[in-house]
Amino acid sequence: MIEIKDLHKSYKMGSNSLHVLKGINFSVKDGELVAIMGSSGSGKSTLLNILGMLDEADSGEYTLDGVPIKNLNETKAANYRNKFLGFIFQSFNLINYKTALENVALPLYYQRMGRKQRQEKSLKYLEQVGLKEWSHHLPSELSGGQKQRVAVARAMVGEPKVLLADELTGALDSTTSYEVMDLIQKINDQGNTILVVTHEDDIAHMCKRIVHLRDGVIVKDEKVKQVRASAYV
Amino acid sequence: MLDIERWQEIFDTIRKNKLRTFLTGLSVASGIFILVILLGFGQGMQNGIAHEFEEDASNRVVVWTQVTTKEHKGLNPGRPIQMRNENFDYIESRFSEEIKDKSANYRIRNALVNYKKESVGYSVQGVNAGFQFVENQYISQGRYINYEDYKNVSKVAIISNTIKREIFKNGQDPLGEYLDISGIKFKVIGVYGDMGGEREEERIFIPLSTAQRVFNGSDRINNLYYTLKPVEDFDQAVAESVKFSNDMKRYLQDAHTVAPDDPSAVNVFNTLEEVKRFFTLTNGIKLFFWFVGICTIIAGVVGVSNIMLIVVKERTREIGIRKALGAKPWSIVGMILHESIFITAISGFAGLIFSMGLLEIFGPYIEVDYILNPSVNFNVAISTVFVLIFAGAVAGFFPAWRAANIHVIDALKDE
Repeated sequence: MIEIKDLHKSYKMGSNSLHVLKGINFSVKDGELVAIMGSSGSGKSTLLNILGMLDEADSGEYTLDGVPIKNLNETKAANYRNKFLGFIFQSFNLINYKTALENVALPLYYQRMGRKQRQEKSLKYLEQVGLKEWSHHLPSELSGGQKQRVAVARAMVGEPKVLLADELTGALDSTTSYEVMDLIQKINDQGNTILVVTHEDDIAHMCKRIVHLRDGVIVKDEKVKQVRASAYV
Repeated sequence: MLDIERWQEIFDTIRKNKLRTFLTGLSVASGIFILVILLGFGQGMQNGIAHEFEEDASNRVVVWTQVTTKEHKGLNPGRPIQMRNENFDYIESRFSEEIKDKSANYRIRNALVNYKKESVGYSVQGVNAGFQFVENQYISQGRYINYEDYKNVSKVAIISNTIKREIFKNGQDPLGEYLDISGIKFKVIGVYGDMGGEREEERIFIPLSTAQRVFNGSDRINNLYYTLKPVEDFDQAVAESVKFSNDMKRYLQDAHTVAPDDPSAVNVFNTLEEVKRFFTLTNGIKLFFWFVGICTIIAGVVGVSNIMLIVVKERTREIGIRKALGAKPWSIVGMILHESIFITAISGFAGLIFSMGLLEIFGPYIEVDYILNPSVNFNVAISTVFVLIFAGAVAGFFPAWRAANIHVIDALKDE
């Protein structure tokens, strides 16, 4: 699903250049649940941004579902993001004046789906994350865990190839975190490919594979025995 | 524009951001409102001034005399100047090219007017046939004084509509009735009306010759009245009328041995010159109103731009989210502009309709000197609305374009 070869990325900080990714080689197969771990500054967020086409690498190859991702302009990137990717953010990033349902429906709007279809499909996905009764509430009326579940539904509704989650439990307490991870595991059980960036060990161990990143290189790439989050809920 | 999904998206946004929408709309609507009202009153002022000059023929020249104030050719100041028939005749023959209508008048002092046994207090003047046109009078019954009356020194009189109403009650026909003016019977031959209204209808007119002969006037004249032949070009008309006034004044000063620089012995009032002065003034006022109006529009445009800037800033994060979900830069720009154009258009037209409605409804009731029926050219007003919409769109485009091209990561960091 994802193929990365010799990826480099550096940022200019004034006169200095900060080399963040120093040759990443890594691939993800269909249906994997991968955690990318590392302390802050290890380059894990940068890697996720490049995978999410929110940022571009200086050199190296990136292939997503057989499509080489290069020479992106904004329009092309937007197209790929809409078709291939679903994002889950640490700070939820819901639009605060739209209801849960409208937030979930937004990716479908950009897929040019009709309004009625949009609402039906969004409601289905909200039901999957257990928030059907909350569909007409604004984000401000939802708890953190509920917000993140809405965000998960929004990421899923466009039927993306890959789900990218950036510290998705960073703003949640541990119980809520496990609830959300339980949801992520269930989605993965259905065969979806998911990448989770985290610095929390317990969250990482709820994935099937952990990629350790340090100072811009992969130091360890291991398969782990998945801990089911449902055991803690 | 026909994308119904886009419209729904925009209505959603507007519905959920009522205050922001209201404030944007208010600044646009008030800008248009102020402009239209200002332009309306500029027009009203011009109408009003034009109306003030309607009461007399607008190319009118009037002459009156007073005492001299300067010593000239051995004659002392303080000498009264009295015009005579020969002056009137001379001017008539010398300036026959320029003059259209002419009349001299002789006012009868202390005339006592009686009808039957009732005494009425109106002034009596002897005039010529041309006086009708000089004063913009019209005949509502009978006829005006004519040259035959003058030649025959007829004892005839014409009265005004107002006088008719006051003396001949119950709709009695005044024609053929006799008025007693200081003991002499005058037959009423006509009823006139004056465009200047009631103030100008307080006078009874008799032939000049009769006035001079019967009331001991000899060949004395109080005033000279002229209208000049019309000329197409307004400025040329003014120039000719000024030249006529000056030449005539010079002649009268010579004939009565008055110093050429005597400021008050011979006076000539030239309406056209006055009209020109007023029109220059109204043009100035109109220009000023336009200036204020355009400044208001500019303030409106700045207001709209400002709000657009804030709106875009406030929505940076939202734009980032939309882009992460797959919105293309142009769809972001389109969404913001679509929304702003929609709001400025609706509120611009609201301001237009409200202000024009106000002018339409209350304009005709405004009765102040020099302001009449303020109104505004619809095309001008609607163009300003479009200018404002266009300016709002242009002003909104740049921040929208910039926001649409911010990196998603940076946009999402925006709090």
